[in-house]
Amino acid sequence: MNPIARHSALRAVRSQLRPRAFNQPAASALARLLSTLAVLEQRDGRLQNSSLSAIAAAQKLGGPVTAFVAGSNVKGTSAVEAAKIKGVEKVVSVDSDAYEKGLAENYAPLLVENIKKGEYTHIVGGHTAFGKSLLPRVAALLDVQQISDITGIESEDTFVRPIYAGNAILTVQSSDTTKVITVRGTAFQGVETEGGSAEIVEGVDPQAPVQTEWVSEELAKSERPDLGTASRVVSGGRGLKSKEEFDRIMVPLADTLGAAIGASRAAVDSGFADNSLQVGQTGKNVAPQLYLCAGISGAIQHLAGMKDSKVIAAINKDPDAPIFQVADVGLVGDLFEKVPELTEKLKSQA
Amino acid sequence: MASGLRILVPIKRVIDYAVKPRINKAQTGVETAGVKHSLNPFDELSVEEAVSLRERESKGKSPMKVENILALSAGGAKCGDTLRTAMAMGADRAFHIDVPESNDGGLEPLTVAKMLKEVVKKENINLVLLGKQAIDGDQGQTGQMLAGLLGWPQATQASKVDVKDDKGMIEVTHEVDGGIETLRTQLPMVITTDLRLNEPRYATLPNIMKAKKKPLQKMTLADLGVEDKRRLKTLKVTEPPARQGGGKVEDVDGLVSKLKELGAL
Repeated sequence: MNPIARHSALRAVRSQLRPRAFNQPAASALARLLSTLAVLEQRDGRLQNSSLSAIAAAQKLGGPVTAFVAGSNVKGTSAVEAAKIKGVEKVVSVDSDAYEKGLAENYAPLLVENIKKGEYTHIVGGHTAFGKSLLPRVAALLDVQQISDITGIESEDTFVRPIYAGNAILTVQSSDTTKVITVRGTAFQGVETEGGSAEIVEGVDPQAPVQTEWVSEELAKSERPDLGTASRVVSGGRGLKSKEEFDRIMVPLADTLGAAIGASRAAVDSGFADNSLQVGQTGKNVAPQLYLCAGISGAIQHLAGMKDSKVIAAINKDPDAPIFQVADVGLVGDLFEKVPELTEKLKSQA
Repeated sequence: MASGLRILVPIKRVIDYAVKPRINKAQTGVETAGVKHSLNPFDELSVEEAVSLRERESKGKSPMKVENILALSAGGAKCGDTLRTAMAMGADRAFHIDVPESNDGGLEPLTVAKMLKEVVKKENINLVLLGKQAIDGDQGQTGQMLAGLLGWPQATQASKVDVKDDKGMIEVTHEVDGGIETLRTQLPMVITTDLRLNEPRYATLPNIMKAKKKPLQKMTLADLGVEDKRRLKTLKVTEPPARQGGGKVEDVDGLVSKLKELGAL
């Protein structure tokens, strides 16, 4: 058989097969049916950073992306903000004071009703306090097993997530018809917040009773960049010795670098820094361009929260501290001398 | 509604937090044989909180009596030891749900939540205290799922639990991104613990001896009418990409120039 004839025969066979071949593989058939609801987090009418991560992950899944937002007067505020995000097809919004604080008891039934109405295959939210409290409750109401804190999407049913404080990476396949997922913010970035023109539609409001009364909140006020998304983080540990020293040593360095401030569990437990600044397995996950830490030994639980940083720099007086095994650059020395010296040198160069 | 607190404390036996887990050769899970295990640190906090609620009541600092504290664990035979630890800390009795050992992290949270729901109904529980996450699977779901299945209020990542009156009004301060938030609700409810909630006590030798006499009841998932249905299949477990330390510099100038070289400044 001459090559050309063979070629055309193959083509003939292929063209006959093509329509079916496109329908048959499960992945492509599902990919076309796939539709994702990104659960947005808002506060006082403003979208939180985790919302963008949810949308980034939803876009990665490939199907149409609908965003969901609920709270006081969101229709004129955060829903409009969401509609401008590139890649969002539709924004479902529910205006009600009952959802402003994002309490899972009434928010979960609200979400479930809207999920059922929209027949979404994937529900994605940020792995933040809001998402962590809400989505497992939603998953249970839908009778599905949630997949938490994913860092990668392999296909529409296969996801990658760290386990054992990031010491092992699990690839897991879900057999649930609806996938409920929370995503790690640092792993899903790069959403364009302008250029979209999604339509805003009214969601259903089942008005489930509010079982929990919101009493108060105390949020640490700060002019600094948000720890979770800052491009530079300076972080202090037990070696700082006291809150006064922590503030005296770390704050000027953070100011000079325009960095967010983080802390180890030891520093937080000793009261040197606020709880919300804890970096690690049980605190925040960060992956900045530069993570500069002082007086942190580098316990497994701390490394879990920062080892995806682009560049890690460490100052510690113990040359055998485990932090030096992951640091791109390490300086052995007394942080009370070295950090102020570093601050001065950076200042003079700026 | 409630005359006293009937507390359920679900606990998990996990690889000790200080041990660096090793992945097995087949890449199907983490090596567990011969590795030190202990009570999940967050569950230690929930046992402590349950016991301390009882002590606070006896000192007149909490208006509700703790009627009983039931510790529960699902897993292989060694969960018995973990339950004895909880009883040595002050739990009154324990249920051991016998589930064959496996290296894929045990039951899925949804199954655990369904199991706990049955126990809650059977034992007339009105407060469930769970850890916010198990440090092996790091999923952080069980408490919220249980609350959802029961239709009960929930407070996650609690750093302070206050019983406000003898009718079961509970105020919980919990950790949220950027600070803390306080919620108030009525029993029955589900609370998950965060690190800042308390300092767990050590079990003393006399208490360890006493715990051996406390009732530990064995049962199976089938006894509770729950099926071990797996929805997630482990495809593989791998090492995270290793990070190479870049070595040390002599002084601050070295640090600055290295950071510039790396493009971090």
